[in-house]
Amino acid sequence: MKKIAYSNLDVCFAAIAKTKTLYLPMADGVDEKRGAKYTKWTPEVTYTADAVNTVRSAKDFFFPQVERMTNFKVDGKKIEIEDIRKECEDFVVFGVRACDAASFDILDSVYLAEPIDSYYQNRREHGVVVTMACTKPSETCFCSVFGIDAARPAGDVTCWRDGDLVLLQANTEKGEALLLELPMLEDTAENAADKVIASIETMLEKLPLKDLSTDAFGGDKLMKLFDSEKWADLSEACLGCGTCTFVCPTCQCYDIRDYDTGHGVQRFRCWDSCMYWEFTKTAGGQPRPTQLERFRQRFMHKLVYYPANNDGKFGCVGCGRCMKSCPISMNIVKVMKTLEEEHE
Amino acid sequence: MQVNQEFKPKIVAFCCNWCSYAGADLAGTNRSNYPADVKIIRVPCSCRVNPLFILRAFQRGADGVILCGCHPGDCHYTTGNYYARRRMTLLFSMLDYLGIEKERTRVEWVSAAEGAKFAATMNEFVATVKALGENKRLEDLRCKTQ
Amino acid sequence: MQDTMKKRASELLADGTIARVLGWKNGEFVYDPTPAVFDSAEELEEGFVYHDFCGNNLSKYLIKLSRLEGKTLVFLKPCDSYSFNQLLTEHRIIRENVYIIGIPCDGKLDPDFVRASGAEGILGITTDGDTIVVDTMYGNVTLQKNACLLERCRNCKSHQVMVYDEILGENGEINEACGRFDEVEKLESMTSDERYAFWRNELSRCIRCNACRNICPACSCEMCVFDNPASGVSQKAAADSFEENMFHIIRAFHVAGRCTDCGECSRVCPQHIPLHLLNRKFIKDINTFYGEYQAGAEAGSRSPLVNFTQDDCEPNIVCKGGSK
Repeated sequence: MKKIAYSNLDVCFAAIAKTKTLYLPMADGVDEKRGAKYTKWTPEVTYTADAVNTVRSAKDFFFPQVERMTNFKVDGKKIEIEDIRKECEDFVVFGVRACDAASFDILDSVYLAEPIDSYYQNRREHGVVVTMACTKPSETCFCSVFGIDAARPAGDVTCWRDGDLVLLQANTEKGEALLLELPMLEDTAENAADKVIASIETMLEKLPLKDLSTDAFGGDKLMKLFDSEKWADLSEACLGCGTCTFVCPTCQCYDIRDYDTGHGVQRFRCWDSCMYWEFTKTAGGQPRPTQLERFRQRFMHKLVYYPANNDGKFGCVGCGRCMKSCPISMNIVKVMKTLEEEHE
Repeated sequence: MQVNQEFKPKIVAFCCNWCSYAGADLAGTNRSNYPADVKIIRVPCSCRVNPLFILRAFQRGADGVILCGCHPGDCHYTTGNYYARRRMTLLFSMLDYLGIEKERTRVEWVSAAEGAKFAATMNEFVATVKALGENKRLEDLRCKTQ
Repeated sequence: MQDTMKKRASELLADGTIARVLGWKNGEFVYDPTPAVFDSAEELEEGFVYHDFCGNNLSKYLIKLSRLEGKTLVFLKPCDSYSFNQLLTEHRIIRENVYIIGIPCDGKLDPDFVRASGAEGILGITTDGDTIVVDTMYGNVTLQKNACLLERCRNCKSHQVMVYDEILGENGEINEACGRFDEVEKLESMTSDERYAFWRNELSRCIRCNACRNICPACSCEMCVFDNPASGVSQKAAADSFEENMFHIIRAFHVAGRCTDCGECSRVCPQHIPLHLLNRKFIKDINTFYGEYQAGAEAGSRSPLVNFTQDDCEPNIVCKGGSK
């Protein structure tokens, strides 16, 4: 395990930024209400260690909202396909929370399974994830419900903030390689983080949502939940916007679109939301005609369909972003609690 | 090799069928000169032009957009240009508010008899936009490449 | 207030005047009520709430609810009543099927501002006059209520419920000196370059979640132009900065003259883009160029954009010294 003074982190950042692009959460200017967002590090950027979570998740780094896939050059009747894939530059994302780090596993299970998504794989291979244990979780945090340990986050390197110290522990080869590039780090005892981990654990015990039960959910509960009458009430106020989907670290659906530039075609993919009315619309019709079906789909996917295909693992990491962002304050916790009542 | 060429602004002129388009025609028959960079799009009435038309013209590479219609009171459909006038006033004010050069947009009333005014207006508008240079603030990069 | 509302709603349900109640349902925490329909006194008893975080404007839900059998009771705050009137003007709500109870409002709170003021891990909030005490996982925090108000409430334009069948308490008054255009003026006084930089910074944050559009009571089109694949401008994400500008200019323009300035767009934006500054610019321009107009102040009024006078100003007024 390594350590460095918190006040010295900037030296560390500068060293990383010499060879790789470094992103970290920074307070988002103008007014404090805006929370933090991942920002490219420059000497002017101040790391916001206190922000529980960025408003947008860290999935953007591996699965950006818009990604160009290929170009078509059109010349009369001739169409030429241009492969615009390039080797991604090396980058480091610093300060990722345990929930977001766990979300990468979920994205991996989708995009790194056959057929492998080469765009995602490229970014994943070139990105190093440095996580930071949560010292001040929010009331909307419920990652422990899905077996995520906010005191021991995953990632290539794990960091803990202990007062004026930051402790660093490499978990993977990529992580070890990164720490080797940072000579300013000092060695410290392997169990140096035990104290801070214990104090985080006491904090996690106080979280209001820690006892949220997942008993009513899972791959084997499909038909009972699907037919539940509660969906009508739960979805009645839903606006059909994509806020929950777009701030969600595990939502991974996209749409592929062509843009006619006037001299060719650019094919790109962009995030899509199952909450949108045209999400499953095809020439044959719309199998989810009302917001009820769309709303149900989103939660069934996270709580039933995904576990059914992934050994019971849930498709939610409990980051709480949807709880903070939803315009009508409907969210996965309310859905789980309502359906849980029925289960009993 | 990049040759340092003189900047030729691309101008889109929406012209109403009844007055301004005929005015442009008259400018032609009178052999009045105006730059060939002005591309005229004929519309049934200035009122047909909605803000999306203006924005899409910029998206597709226009450096300036001008809307020409009948003089207020002379609209073929009696009141169309009155509505267009309000719409464009608000749209231009909004574009200005977003920091987009207000000189890139304009409305002029040109009657079928004003061939000379049409040519003069276009000459002046092209000169104004030329002085501003390329449209950078309301461009779509995807449409610009190559 | 909450109990009075619940009692009155139960009475109206009992005597058959109404078939259902549209209100707010208690949330997981103190600050996250959800708009909900209550069909019985028991449901009301179980979940109905009205407190400082009931910011949602309920008017838009009536487009659907007023088409159901029987009357729907709705509680309208002053700013919601403007939206209601505007939707009536546009023939989107069937008035006969709605029973309105006007309720007073002295400003709603924004949980994001509560958090920004230093309260993280919110467990409970109690209001005490002008101060609020936030009980958090990390101890109590005392905040000024004014510092936590929603943007629209800081510059509240009216305490008057404009349309109602009955009203609880005294009706308030229109606040002429609300100063809601101050920020617009501040932007107008900047240089063009500064304004451009300001809006690029704001609009580049847009994630096109469409929350602003879907919550907006004025955005009630059956199909939005940006969803219509045949329109040539449909888009799901801004693939170019141009599209960020286009979406927001067109959206603001489409509600110009119809926007009542209810401020829902700014409230719901997950990226906290000050969208009200676009709408207010249009409102301010309309007031300056065509005379004072408040959308939704009275049902049936003619919007300035579907109206004209022969001596309206020319569009070049913008070039000549601008937007006054």
